[in-house]
Amino acid sequence: MIRVPARAKSKITALRRSASPDGARFTSADLEKIAERILKFSDARETEVEISSTTDALTRFANNTIHQNVAEHTLQVSVRAVVDGRTARAATNKTDDESLRRVCAAAARLAKNQPEYPELLPMLGPQKYQKTVRFFAATAEATPQDRARAVARVCKMAEKSKQIAAGIFSTGEVQSVLANSKGLVARNEETDAEFSVTILEPNSSGWAKANSPDVQEIQPDALAAVASRKSSDSRSPREVPPGHYTTILEPSAVLDLVGFLFYDFAGTAVLDKRSCFNDRMGKKLFGDNISIWDDVYHPLQAGPPYDGEGYPRHKVLLVDRGVPKNLVYARATARKMKSKPTGHGFALPNEYGEAPMNLVFSGGDKSVDDMIRSTERGILVTRLWYIREVDPYAKVLTGMTRDGTFLVENGRVAGGIRNFRFNQNILEMLSNVEMLGPAARAAGEESFEMVVPAMKVRDFHFSEVTKF
Amino acid sequence: MMQDWANWGIETAKLRGATYADARVMDIRQRDISTKNGEVGNLMETETLGIGIRVVASGAWGFASTDRLTREGVQACAAQAVAIAKASALARRKNVALAPEQAHVDTWQNPYLKDPFRIAVERQIDLLLAADKDMRRVKGVTLAEGSMSFRRIDQLFVSSTGSSIHQLKMQSGAGMVATSYAGSEIQKRSYPNSFGGQHTLQGYELIESLDLVGHAQRTGEEAVALHSAAQCPEGTGTIILGASQLSLQIHESIGHPIELDRVLGQEANFAGMSFLTVDKLRKLQYGSEIVNVVADARLAHGPGLGTFAYDDEGVPAQCTPIITNGLFTGYLSNRETAAAIGETRSSGTMRTESWNRLPIIRMTNVSLNPGTWNYEDLIADTDDAILMETNRSWSIDDRRYQFQFSTEIGWEIKNGKIARMIKNPSYSGITTEFWNNCNAICSRDHWTLWGTPNCGKGQPMQTMGTGHGAAPARFGNIKLGAAFAK
Repeated sequence: MIRVPARAKSKITALRRSASPDGARFTSADLEKIAERILKFSDARETEVEISSTTDALTRFANNTIHQNVAEHTLQVSVRAVVDGRTARAATNKTDDESLRRVCAAAARLAKNQPEYPELLPMLGPQKYQKTVRFFAATAEATPQDRARAVARVCKMAEKSKQIAAGIFSTGEVQSVLANSKGLVARNEETDAEFSVTILEPNSSGWAKANSPDVQEIQPDALAAVASRKSSDSRSPREVPPGHYTTILEPSAVLDLVGFLFYDFAGTAVLDKRSCFNDRMGKKLFGDNISIWDDVYHPLQAGPPYDGEGYPRHKVLLVDRGVPKNLVYARATARKMKSKPTGHGFALPNEYGEAPMNLVFSGGDKSVDDMIRSTERGILVTRLWYIREVDPYAKVLTGMTRDGTFLVENGRVAGGIRNFRFNQNILEMLSNVEMLGPAARAAGEESFEMVVPAMKVRDFHFSEVTKF
Repeated sequence: MMQDWANWGIETAKLRGATYADARVMDIRQRDISTKNGEVGNLMETETLGIGIRVVASGAWGFASTDRLTREGVQACAAQAVAIAKASALARRKNVALAPEQAHVDTWQNPYLKDPFRIAVERQIDLLLAADKDMRRVKGVTLAEGSMSFRRIDQLFVSSTGSSIHQLKMQSGAGMVATSYAGSEIQKRSYPNSFGGQHTLQGYELIESLDLVGHAQRTGEEAVALHSAAQCPEGTGTIILGASQLSLQIHESIGHPIELDRVLGQEANFAGMSFLTVDKLRKLQYGSEIVNVVADARLAHGPGLGTFAYDDEGVPAQCTPIITNGLFTGYLSNRETAAAIGETRSSGTMRTESWNRLPIIRMTNVSLNPGTWNYEDLIADTDDAILMETNRSWSIDDRRYQFQFSTEIGWEIKNGKIARMIKNPSYSGITTEFWNNCNAICSRDHWTLWGTPNCGKGQPMQTMGTGHGAAPARFGNIKLGAAFAK
């Protein structure tokens, strides 16, 4: 029931801004100058520099008051050196000449002190990247007062309803540059805003959360109203016995479950035989209504259009109507697996290879209300919590429901119930999807943001019940 | 310079109207090494230096941090912290009140024998690769992984009430994992623990004491043998938990629920709350009478990841009785939450991940005190049970009642003897019922202070290391096998 913000009304101001009066913010040009200095200081055969400047602020509230309110600025300068077929990385947050020379020397020293890595590929030369617009001035310029005023409204609303509000309102921006001694330069700038709210009553709670690059798309009052209604609708929860139920999972719940699949799509995970897709590629695993892409260019997605080596990210069809079709590959993995790089590699050196970080599920046209109306007896889940993998190949996950779990009877929400523990095979779950909502940018707690739909699934396995 | 930076921040905050201010300057150096299937995976060194300034102004909290360590940069950061505090006052119900704490001026460093940053990287890599090779010698091991990490934290705390505390901490950690994929199953074994192995406030002497190479072959053999082991039964029965698994049980079902910020609702939106409401203090029978748990940050407790001399609010390390003969007797608190429940002093548990993050209540070393049993006697005394070792999955609800754990390996105990291997062991229950079913705890000879390096809490999320001492212990009437039930 979380409303997906309409993005059309937002005005994009992607002008590069000069450093703020306190000098804490860096522009892309500032970062490129630091990168140029490092490339001059390094005497390694090849050198790669990744620099990011992050400014984040977060206003945190509980018991209808702000109890934490923080801001941070961090700079990370990370240098990878290649020496005699070996590579290593060193990082600092200092930008004086001595520190930059030292970080170059540290990367080279680490590289020299390890066995040769025959599969190491030469660094990439200049690349072309598809443009993405993920920097919104309104987000970057949001003030503590802006966040506090919104939080104060939400707290007042909760007080008026004799409820208690807790949550966060955060805004931030990151500027980053990736450059190397072969002439590659990649730049990215993006902003991020997030509002999450839990509304509590003595024996119930409700929750809502939204995330967008554009703070103007975040509607704290509307989100708080959703959480408030869920809390009041789930008062005096009854205990329902555990078992297999038709279950309606709102997008946040779907996100936190399917998020556990993302690394299984890595070529390296299959090479290492730790993917649930080992020996299952090309076989029908899910229902016809499940297709999954990795698509950083999707309008509801986030992140840079290049990977950790600066290779351009490609859109990849991972699952086609229930059949896992493709994996993603870093450059070295692609060579090992006789495939083509897809632009999903992590910064080198690393042991994990790559992963799709921008999953987009195919959706449907059913609303959560449609799902409820069509359900004779089932469970409606707002949010899941503390999800962990029980069986990596069967892909059994365990976790808890939280902050708004309801019994559905005869097409209507019949009231709140005590929270369940689930132990669910996710491969089976994606074969049992009866209805899908429109794919939305969902925000949860266990996974990074993805574009996923609400789902109505058969036979979801709730194994135990807790005391609230 | 650290003292100058901190002083600039405190002075500026006071000039801008702060009624209280503290500053943490932290200089952190880290080395991470990993290997996989005979090759180096990650090899990285990181250094980070900055200042975090926390203030009370207009009766509300503000915090800002920066790595721009010029006078202007630090002063701008302090001014920003005050401006944020004044914004916080827009949604303030009452003024911040802190339990009293006297000023402390001190210097402290944890003892260690060998500086891991002075040990050649080549030697560290060679050790991991030797263990990797021995794991892969075992037919059926499809993935061998090893890791080491070292962290040196040089930090200065200065407060507007006169404290100036310099601490230097050295942490080390290492571990390895053998994974085997066969048929339709992935099994794995970790040594000496999952979560990257063992981590303590020590130097390289920890790594040498672990003898990774000496345990590599057995680790690989057990991973492969699990494929042909019997499945953990479903039902109700007795379990004996190995010390490392019990340390995580303590972490999740005692350590988190005793955090007073959770109890008072401050973590309601993310980490959750706690069933340990303040009316339960000194009234709830948390466990059986043999259960005694302390939160002990003092060096005397051991070189745990929760060991220090002062917390990040300038409060000295303490030992707080958490469970005394089964009775719930104490919380983890800070100056603000202690005052909120009428306690006269913080229990000294405010900790921050780095200079850019606000200190929050964190576990220190939350440990189960040793019991009286010799391990061999405990096994001999047990007719029918499953011994479960090394955590594989873990989950607990947001008020810390209902949990489910599974471990990498189990062993059937029949008639006082360890019998066949069990795969996919799991157990679940309700926290207080579980601890009240504890009927035997092994002695100090079997007690280990385990390090959990990856505890996440707070918004923005902070990762913190915590310590948990435990010896193997036995629990009756436990639900078994729910994780794998169909």
